[in-house]
Amino acid sequence: MTVIESKAADPKLAEGKAPPSGLSEFWFYFSRNKGAVIGLVIFLIILFVAIFAPFVAPHSPSVQNRDMLLVPPVWQAGGNWGHILGTDAVGRDILSRLIYGARFSLFIGLVVVTLSVISGVLIGLVAGYFRGRVDTFIMRIMDIILAFPSLLLALVLVAVLGPGLLNAMIAISLVNQPHFVRLTRAAVMTERTKDYVVGSKVAGAGTLRLMFLTILPNCLAPLIVQATLAFSAAILDAAALGFLGMGAQPPTPEWGTMLAEAREFIQRAWWVVTFPGLAILITVLAINLMGDGLRDALDPKLKRS
Amino acid sequence: MLRFILGRLAVLIPTFIGVSIIAFSFIRLLPGDPVMLMSGERVMSPERHAELMNQLGLDRPMYAQYLDYLGGLLTGDFGSSIVTKRPVLDDFMQLFPATLELSLCAIILAVCLGIPAGVLAAVKRGSWIDQTVMGAALVGYSMPIFWWGLLLIIFFSGYLGWTPVSGRISLMYFFPPVTGFMLIDSLLSGQAGAFKSAVSYLILPTIVLATIPLAVIARQTRSAMLEVLGEDYVRTARSKGLAPLRVVGVHALRNAMIPVITTIGLQVGVLLAGAILTETIFSWPGIGKWMVDSVFKRDYAVVQGGLMLIAGVIMLVNLIVDLLYGFINPRIRH
Amino acid sequence: MKKLTTLLAATALASMMASAAWSKTLVYCSEGSPEGFDPGMYTAGTTFDASSRTVYNRLVEFKHGSTEIEPGLAESWTVSDDGTVYTFKLRPGVKFQTTEFFTPTRELNADDVIFSFERQYKEDNKWNKYVAGASWEYFAGMGFPELIKSIEKVDDLTVKFTLNRPEAPFLANLGMDFASILSKEYADKLEADGKMELMNQQPLGTGPYTFVAYQADAAIRYKANPDYWGGAQKIDDLVFAITTDAAVRAQKLKAGECHIMPYPNAADVSGLKEDPNLTVLEQEGLNVAYLAYNTLVAPFDKVEVRKALNMAVNKQAIVDAVFQGAATVAKNPIPPTMWSYNDAVEDDKYDPEAAKKMLEDAGVSGLKMKIWAMPVARPYMLNARRAAELMQADLAKIGVEVEIVSYEWAEYLKLSSDKNRDGAVILGWTGDNGDPDNFLDTLLGCDAVGGNNRAQWCNKEFDDLMTKAKATADVAERTKYYEEAQVIFKKEAPWNTIDHSLVAVPMNKKVTGFVMDPLGIHRFDGVDIAE
Repeated sequence: MTVIESKAADPKLAEGKAPPSGLSEFWFYFSRNKGAVIGLVIFLIILFVAIFAPFVAPHSPSVQNRDMLLVPPVWQAGGNWGHILGTDAVGRDILSRLIYGARFSLFIGLVVVTLSVISGVLIGLVAGYFRGRVDTFIMRIMDIILAFPSLLLALVLVAVLGPGLLNAMIAISLVNQPHFVRLTRAAVMTERTKDYVVGSKVAGAGTLRLMFLTILPNCLAPLIVQATLAFSAAILDAAALGFLGMGAQPPTPEWGTMLAEAREFIQRAWWVVTFPGLAILITVLAINLMGDGLRDALDPKLKRS
Repeated sequence: MLRFILGRLAVLIPTFIGVSIIAFSFIRLLPGDPVMLMSGERVMSPERHAELMNQLGLDRPMYAQYLDYLGGLLTGDFGSSIVTKRPVLDDFMQLFPATLELSLCAIILAVCLGIPAGVLAAVKRGSWIDQTVMGAALVGYSMPIFWWGLLLIIFFSGYLGWTPVSGRISLMYFFPPVTGFMLIDSLLSGQAGAFKSAVSYLILPTIVLATIPLAVIARQTRSAMLEVLGEDYVRTARSKGLAPLRVVGVHALRNAMIPVITTIGLQVGVLLAGAILTETIFSWPGIGKWMVDSVFKRDYAVVQGGLMLIAGVIMLVNLIVDLLYGFINPRIRH
Repeated sequence: MKKLTTLLAATALASMMASAAWSKTLVYCSEGSPEGFDPGMYTAGTTFDASSRTVYNRLVEFKHGSTEIEPGLAESWTVSDDGTVYTFKLRPGVKFQTTEFFTPTRELNADDVIFSFERQYKEDNKWNKYVAGASWEYFAGMGFPELIKSIEKVDDLTVKFTLNRPEAPFLANLGMDFASILSKEYADKLEADGKMELMNQQPLGTGPYTFVAYQADAAIRYKANPDYWGGAQKIDDLVFAITTDAAVRAQKLKAGECHIMPYPNAADVSGLKEDPNLTVLEQEGLNVAYLAYNTLVAPFDKVEVRKALNMAVNKQAIVDAVFQGAATVAKNPIPPTMWSYNDAVEDDKYDPEAAKKMLEDAGVSGLKMKIWAMPVARPYMLNARRAAELMQADLAKIGVEVEIVSYEWAEYLKLSSDKNRDGAVILGWTGDNGDPDNFLDTLLGCDAVGGNNRAQWCNKEFDDLMTKAKATADVAERTKYYEEAQVIFKKEAPWNTIDHSLVAVPMNKKVTGFVMDPLGIHRFDGVDIAE
């Protein structure tokens, strides 16, 4: 997802900075980072699995096989090939639940990033462009949000809205969004006084045009990097909320929720605890690897060194 | 300098009022009412319900409740828990040292391991050392720490039996809290083995809580070092033939530290968020667990007061970091 | 004040240290922090274990491991013929505990008893609101404010309770935690010192253990009360190690960090049983989980429909999946450990085919219904969501489409009492005092419709039996009424009775004298550790 976005963004980058060829230069720097390429590949696999979950998964994620409770993974005594990663307490296939869980995690990341980027960028643009009282007011509110530990604020928000996946996503977007506001605002403030902006202004460009078409494209690079970070953070936060019982509700095969459900089996069935966490780690790691690659490719300061 | 400090403080006041409004209104918006929860499955008569709502002041207009609350805050009254009926501030004061102790240990661990690792990675840029360190840092940075904690418990406590499962110190030891820091108190108590016990209880939670800050600090140190190592004066120093260790240790590290210190300051919020999960997993009697429990118990007053106090702590730490930064780097002041 | 407590604790420590050489310590991994130490204000068993059952006594006590009452602080009592006047003779020579924070100068007398009750309902009593938000939930919940006309001191060792109406369960109610007897002398001293809130932080009573210290969310420490009227305890120190996570409790027990733990995860029980150092006591809890139909709403107003739905659900499967077998399928609304349990009642047999036919015969087809699943785990239902899913699957087999709904817990409790509620609700009950009235009338009586009676079920015949049973103190006669009531209940099927959970208490084999309590409390008087 992020990749598509960044590629789409690239021609616009080219417009502002005019390097030889945006896309190929981007790929040159991105592919130089081995980790990023590995991350991309893993991410694509997860994406594929998530999209085609009904075809990939060996079982339904919700069907309970009451004869097969807490079956260990295949390589352990008592495991069988029907359930490669074993089954949980009500006989559901863990691998299938993890596969379907990928859908939720990626979906959460996507929704949270979209929500927080759109709202954050809009607010940041307004604050950075207009300055003055509007700016002070907005930044004060952001300060207030940032004064709380993000997870705690999200937890309380979800408690207010009612536990559930949708509300968890809204809460996480809200606590994530100040980062985008600050970033956009800072970028806009530096760009605002530059010649090309002043030029457009003199040429009679309207406020909206200036904000969205002239300034915004030139602030994209840090935003994309931040968006990647926010994507992985959202997955982690949603899983944490699920783990605390405030995110997706059982029997949703969301990874954090699965972990919370599995906690009571920590002594008896290590596999129900281990695999969901591993899935979270791998996904987040892949995205962060990509994020590093994107930063290398997009951040001119690091390119130089 | 004084103007700088006053300016920062002036910003703090509206923020604090905003925080109080948020904390206050959130809690009023919670579905379900705490009075219902007090009686559980047993249904209460409407009269009794109304009586209790009245007693707790929950039937008054919102603004009146808020003004009362604000008035209370000014006199240090953060309300009383609906469940335990104890003042929120008392509970906070009692539990905060546990969180602080854990957080301090975690940040010390993160700094002591993270900075050398980052410096090493930067100096050996591109080598296998660099790759290993940065790989590990990225894994740490991506870690769902609640799962990490469970894994450590399964392995170290369950399988190996090396560390205790949860708590702060073995129950064999009992001494009055003097500082609230178990490590210090156990030493003060003079009881043989108490300190060792406290350490053994602290190890796993510290590792779990330190994981993310450690990764962040290592990464930040590396990139700051790389930047400084690329600067002209370092190159000059190198070309003058100064010993590499001296170059790295004295010239580069000192300058690379400024952004790293900011990063460390920024970890306070991360630590408190992490404390929520870590304390829940290890039954660590600190404010993170206290808040989670209170959210689940719908203990209005505690969630509200706790939010305020925690936000207050974060704001205070940020202020101190700001001031320190302004002190080190006078350019910021203007 | 902080300083003072520290100092007090320090002296407490010194005295503990002095005896450390031969002190015998029992560690109990408790499941949560007590809400406070004044049992009158709270309703949680966790709080009672830590206060009323260790530090305090009541006029009457439940026999160890039973719901029968026996003399406690009252040596004997008489009931007037009309059942409204109870006169208690107090046990002479009962000493209050001597602690670092208080030394009593007199023994238990009628003033203490009167104080303990009056503070809970007399609004002019200074102790009625001694901490912000003080409320007396159980006292109010058991209907005491309306029931009690007066409490009078006849002489130093005689107290007379006058009731507004006869109430057979009254004696059993006096054995409950909220009826614990506090020291008026201690209260007066706290009041004089202006530290009334300490009553809830440093309890002092007549019970087997003396409170030493509470380390917030970590541990509670007690030592044996040498002056206990029931005889000295065999252990010297009692420690509650607060451990909220059941899996962690189990690990601590295995590691020898504690001797007894309550509420193990159902999944862990078999593993704990295999451990050679541990034994696991098991007993049916004094509880029931049920699925209550709304009998006021069509088609659930028809008995046949309710019966058919009952027959379609495989309850054994629920017990297996939710409790890993640590529960028994329920057929009556009261648990088997309770007197008057009617074992002759036959449960609706699991038979999907017959159920389907019955539903068709009742003229119901394409039925869509909601099942409410509680959002929290309770002892009688560890995972309502999982149970609801199983019911959903079972009911689908007879062509009933089930939608599972849930609400936040407080909302759930409130909305589920609504007479117009849409859907059947999973809920349960844990007994307070071992009296069948506490289940049958509280949950199924006509007065409780729109309240605790989640089935909104009002049956004249059943209700008459309840009234009759309440009016007499003769247990044999009451048993007869309650047994008959259970037959009517089964015939009318306002609920599908789901399960009575098994309460398990795993403990170290060295522990002796611990008895499971049907009321779900954990008592440590008489417990010993073998060397």
